[in-house]
Amino acid sequence: MSIIGASNLTFTYAGAPRSSVEDVSLEVSPGEFVVLTGPSGCGKTTVCRCLNGLIPNFYSGDFTGELVVDGMNVKEHTTAELSSHVGLVFQNPENQLFSLSIERDVAFGPENLGLSREETRRRVDWALEVTGITDLKDRPPYELSGGQQQRAAIAAVLAMQPKIIVLDEPTSFLDPKSALEILEVISDLNKKLGITIILVEHRLDLASKHANRVIVMDSGKIVLDGPPKQVYGEQARLIGIGVPRVITLFNLLQKGGLEFSQTPTTVKEAAQELRKMLSR
Amino acid sequence: MSLKVFDGFKFAKLPTPIHMMDPRAKFTMTMGLFVAALLFSNIYALIVIFLVQLPIVYAAKTWKKWAASMRAGLLLAVLIFAMNFVFGSTLVFSAAMTLRFISLMSAFSLFFMTTSPDDLGLALEQAHVPYTLSFTFTTAVRLVPTMALDAQTVIDAQRSRGLELDKGNFMKRIRNYIPILIPLIVSAIRRSIELAEALESRGFGASPNRQPLIVLRMKFTDYFVVAVTILLEALAVYVYLYVPLPSPNIPITMPKIFPWL
Amino acid sequence: MIRTEGLKFSYPSASEVLRGIDLTIGDEEFVAIMGENGAGKTTLVKTFNGLLLPTSGRVTVDGVNTRESSVAQLSRDVGLVFQNPDHQLFSETVREELAFSLRNFGYGEDTIDRRVTSILETLDLSRYADSSPFVLSGGERKRVALAAVLVWNPKHIILDEPTIGQDYQQKDRLRNFILQLNTQGKTVITITHDVEFVAECKPRLILLSKGLVIGDGPAEDILSDEQLIEKASLARPQIGALMHELRDLGLSDRVIDVYSAEQAILGALGRRR
Repeated sequence: MSIIGASNLTFTYAGAPRSSVEDVSLEVSPGEFVVLTGPSGCGKTTVCRCLNGLIPNFYSGDFTGELVVDGMNVKEHTTAELSSHVGLVFQNPENQLFSLSIERDVAFGPENLGLSREETRRRVDWALEVTGITDLKDRPPYELSGGQQQRAAIAAVLAMQPKIIVLDEPTSFLDPKSALEILEVISDLNKKLGITIILVEHRLDLASKHANRVIVMDSGKIVLDGPPKQVYGEQARLIGIGVPRVITLFNLLQKGGLEFSQTPTTVKEAAQELRKMLSR
Repeated sequence: MSLKVFDGFKFAKLPTPIHMMDPRAKFTMTMGLFVAALLFSNIYALIVIFLVQLPIVYAAKTWKKWAASMRAGLLLAVLIFAMNFVFGSTLVFSAAMTLRFISLMSAFSLFFMTTSPDDLGLALEQAHVPYTLSFTFTTAVRLVPTMALDAQTVIDAQRSRGLELDKGNFMKRIRNYIPILIPLIVSAIRRSIELAEALESRGFGASPNRQPLIVLRMKFTDYFVVAVTILLEALAVYVYLYVPLPSPNIPITMPKIFPWL
Repeated sequence: MIRTEGLKFSYPSASEVLRGIDLTIGDEEFVAIMGENGAGKTTLVKTFNGLLLPTSGRVTVDGVNTRESSVAQLSRDVGLVFQNPDHQLFSETVREELAFSLRNFGYGEDTIDRRVTSILETLDLSRYADSSPFVLSGGERKRVALAAVLVWNPKHIILDEPTIGQDYQQKDRLRNFILQLNTQGKTVITITHDVEFVAECKPRLILLSKGLVIGDGPAEDILSDEQLIEKASLARPQIGALMHELRDLGLSDRVIDVYSAEQAILGALGRRR
């Protein structure tokens, strides 16, 4: 039973000469960790906006095809209605946090849903704990580092208790250490809480080790879809996505005649393979 | 272009009795000063109204920032003095009007410096102001320091391209602000759209019944402040209506060199 | 040459952001500055063109003390490309946008025409010459912002986070372009937190942490130093991390790019055969 089902989804922004997303069909099962990638302008952000209803509610345009998310057809529901099923975390943490204390920002979502004070309190405390920022709850967002802010943004979405969380390039503004940490947080959401994750990323070397599926888009269409090992091949390179460097390395070595039992996608796997080869 | 004027309205969290006062009590106090300042034209009364604020500034431990905002308002104060004096009012009256302006600015500056926009929003909500309205207001207040930072970045960026803001005749200087204003407006619009997207995605407007996590409760000290304000206000009205106030006898006016005098 | 001596800087009524920096960046060097958020990277480069003057110590650009010059004067030689292009763009057309700085610096209309046309070509923006900068995509606007600084041909170029929001191909093109600028004789200083980008370019790497320089040397040396990486909130580049895992087999973690890694591995295999 899919939690996300798109068929022939096509969307053109009002006044745009071309469609941003064309004839996209895909199924996502509950609990998957999907990485969505592709060159700039390929339509990944448009897909994110469709998933939580910003398209067609906030952004008008020509929407054809079907998109059903957690049993709800996006054309028939408002973004507010979808918000407790699908959460969306944006690139820049600065413009998602607007209160003067993290706690109030995280409470914003549940408050909007009209929940009781006790329920809101429970959800806020839980979300802060899951993302590891309970000790920061009284601080204003501008005092926090980029990584901490992004955790708060995730907590704010988590407090709505959605089954799916979509993240649009959440590591863009973060330093390398924070980027690694935030991806661990996101991975925990998936592995420990069973939340379906759709992660849009350019930095595939960081994201691949958590993903069980990679979807590559180009010019509005889906061109590749499968487990990381399968997707990171010659075609991916031609499209111009940032295939993890260990894969590029192994492809070079393989071209030079070396044989490996599998092409690794993470540093650990790569180290294992090389160790085997060098110990022969 | 000094952006320091924004400092005078920027909230900073400090553990002073003024900061911790319920925003509704604080607002009552501010309105008390506001009404009193507008009521009186007598310079002695206005001096008193201004001096009354000083112990509050002291208690709120925001001397420096308050002084900075006063300095920033100096230009406007001088303008007000000039407008009054040049158009025929006496020296004393012009000074009184200037002092009135300064008192008003000071009172509101104090209010915004000691009240968190979040608390303001809560106060408005609990006063049954429609949520959309109170949210718009507090977000605007909350964004003032952010926009000030943006403005500084834009100024830096354009200066790095050779723009000199302090050179040229009057017309040139005005035109020099176009490369500052346009990026600022565009940034503000982009920021607002991003914020709107985030708000929509977190269910803004999903339910008409919001139960805010944090509730403002008036304490004894808050009620005390409100009571004192009402009393002083009543006293002020009484003085205005029944007590003739002395006025310094300094009949200096603008020499009649302009045709309208 | 850009030199700082005992450079300290604090914003008014705030704590010290730069706590004593001594740096010399020679002409035609290629330098990357990294460090955690708030380490002082942007503050540092703003002292190079006079936007910020040291609270103590001094900064000299080609022998001129920044206190004795003006931002407009210093900018002729030090071009600073800001992170967010939306903080700069304001003109009706891209052409006008590029002409802005040249007009500020007093160039004649003929020279302006020539230079604008030339830079439009170099950065592949000719087809947008008469478009409004606001309708361009994010990546294109970043290119326009870069062009707007390159158009007056400053000797030293500083880029603040040029790779944010760029996809792989755009980063690749940018890297090649920066290297080209450097070979053409320009000093290039880039602030970035993209470790992979730095691993591919291998510049001189300066690490800033809490207002002080904690590392300064070739990228290979800095990015293989465990302690420095931890202190500056960095991470090893993927290839470097891989080599580090296999260090017991004789591989060096100073190898941080794909081609050198290939050579190193083939070498190790050769040794074993």
